[in-house]
Amino acid sequence: MHHRPATTESAPVRWLLIGLALLALSLFLLLPLLAVFVEAFRRGADVFFAALHTESALSAVRLTLIAAAISVPLNTVFGLAAAWTITKHRFRGRALLLSLIDLPFAVSPVIAGLVWVLLFGAKGWFGPWLAAHDIKIIFDLPGIILATVFVTFPFVARELIPLMEAQGSDQELAAVTLGANGWQMFWRVTLPNIKWGLLYGVLLCNARAMGEFGAVSVVSGHIRGKTNTLPLHIEVLYNEYQFSAAFACATLLGLLALVTLGLKTAVEQITHQRASRHH
Amino acid sequence: MKSLFPVLVAATLALLPASCGKHATSGITLLNVSYDPTREFYADVNQAFAKQWQADHGTALHIEQSHGGSGKQTRAVIDGLEADVVTLALAGDIDEIAKQTKLLPASWQSQLPQHSAPYTSTIVLVVRKGNPKGIKDWGDLVKDGVKVITPNPKTSGGARWNYLAAWAWAAKQFNGDQAQILAYMTRLFQNVPVLGTGARDSTSTFAQRGIGDVFLSWENEAYLIDREFPGLTEIIYPSLSILAEPPVAVVEANAAKHGTTAAARAYLEFLYTDAAQALAAKHFYRPRNAAIAEQAAVQFPAMPMVTVDADFGGWAKAQATHFNDGGTFDQVQGIKQ
Repeated sequence: MHHRPATTESAPVRWLLIGLALLALSLFLLLPLLAVFVEAFRRGADVFFAALHTESALSAVRLTLIAAAISVPLNTVFGLAAAWTITKHRFRGRALLLSLIDLPFAVSPVIAGLVWVLLFGAKGWFGPWLAAHDIKIIFDLPGIILATVFVTFPFVARELIPLMEAQGSDQELAAVTLGANGWQMFWRVTLPNIKWGLLYGVLLCNARAMGEFGAVSVVSGHIRGKTNTLPLHIEVLYNEYQFSAAFACATLLGLLALVTLGLKTAVEQITHQRASRHH
Repeated sequence: MKSLFPVLVAATLALLPASCGKHATSGITLLNVSYDPTREFYADVNQAFAKQWQADHGTALHIEQSHGGSGKQTRAVIDGLEADVVTLALAGDIDEIAKQTKLLPASWQSQLPQHSAPYTSTIVLVVRKGNPKGIKDWGDLVKDGVKVITPNPKTSGGARWNYLAAWAWAAKQFNGDQAQILAYMTRLFQNVPVLGTGARDSTSTFAQRGIGDVFLSWENEAYLIDREFPGLTEIIYPSLSILAEPPVAVVEANAAKHGTTAAARAYLEFLYTDAAQALAAKHFYRPRNAAIAEQAAVQFPAMPMVTVDADFGGWAKAQATHFNDGGTFDQVQGIKQ
């Protein structure tokens, strides 16, 4: 039997298009990444490790990890609850809720930071009350966490909604019919079905939580060694002409991105293998 | 394959913690909210002061720093950034804090000597090596094809000094003719391709990214560029500039709340000592102390300078006339659009 080729373009055209795509890929993705690592090691490995070992760099890493460790679990729970509500129930305002979940994607990060200043800043709506009770939110850890939670809110929910939508609720109904209670149904039926999608969402959420700059910059106050997250610390170093140090810290974020991508690919492959084994 | 899921979860969780951070520094902590080009200066001052405090009182003292455009930092303090002291680019910004909050009295500027400005600076023109565009004075900035770099006067204190220095030259040049001054300022800002938010931001634009022919800069920042990027730039002293007096103040309500009033006051008084004045000179500020200035490595040329108080009626008036909404800067920008 004669095979008709799927593409009709001539070979040179095909190679030209592939070449263009590869060129764009290396220009916009690989080159910047490479530049970060080259710049970081420009003055040698000593400078590189010295830059990561300063008090303010360690404090920035610590703050970034704390902010992610608090906001990622929160958004995992929120995302699960939101996806559950939206996919397993039909109710008035469902479309509105869906749009609200996307709000942080649509809003500029600067605004995402400024809203918290407007609410909790000294001149904000709740500012006087907070000051009277000596509660600090803005320019301290709570503000940074609020901004991070806001910006990373949609990741888990957005990952789960299409997945749970596609799966429907037949299996859950079956479980309930067989006498499972709510928690049993969740742990034994729902969670196993969505766990890879959930993990994928959590990874993306974590990457963004650690990398967020704009919103956090507005609420941070930029106190060195105290309220600078890793991205903010990188900006500080850059502004102080400590380029090698700035890029050294940037490699930490770059490595995080690579680890995230690696894990994501692993998750995708496993999902794919399991899906093909089922059929 | 099934066993992989818990492993991945554990791996993810393992990436998260290691986060038991403690910030219980014993002794006193001061927060100094400052503007952009003082980073290196205060890093040195803080070390020297902490050492002296330890010697005098036997307790540790730690000074935290926050830097950014002066206007932006002002906004942050008004919004609740709990600075014990502010060391900003111009008196107008601290006036704004006094006006908008009850954090410090309106008379703050009389609390310390020399209008509460322990060091001064001025505005100079920084050009590329060899001065290829032949820039000698403010008048050359409005020539065709000259790209001028300055931050935005709305957010940057340095940029407001830039603006007033240019204005003062034009006022002298055109004998105070308002229409001609405005026309000059408009042409000047037509030659500005990017308005950065702070002095440091614009320094990077000019020095690091190589954009523009002339950079309107703090004198101290101009010398810093020469140190960080040797052989790339030249400093041009114009025929007239402005005496910039970056002021300092204790944010009294915050300091009282933190129990740091004495330390905060001692910190700012320390800026007037010989040791700190020498550090100011080292970082290219003009020290108030003439004897220290004479011993400094860099000798700043004398240059005719106007002052905000004598020539612009003080910061409150200058701010209202030039930088508030509807002021001359808005007119200059409006004509441009």
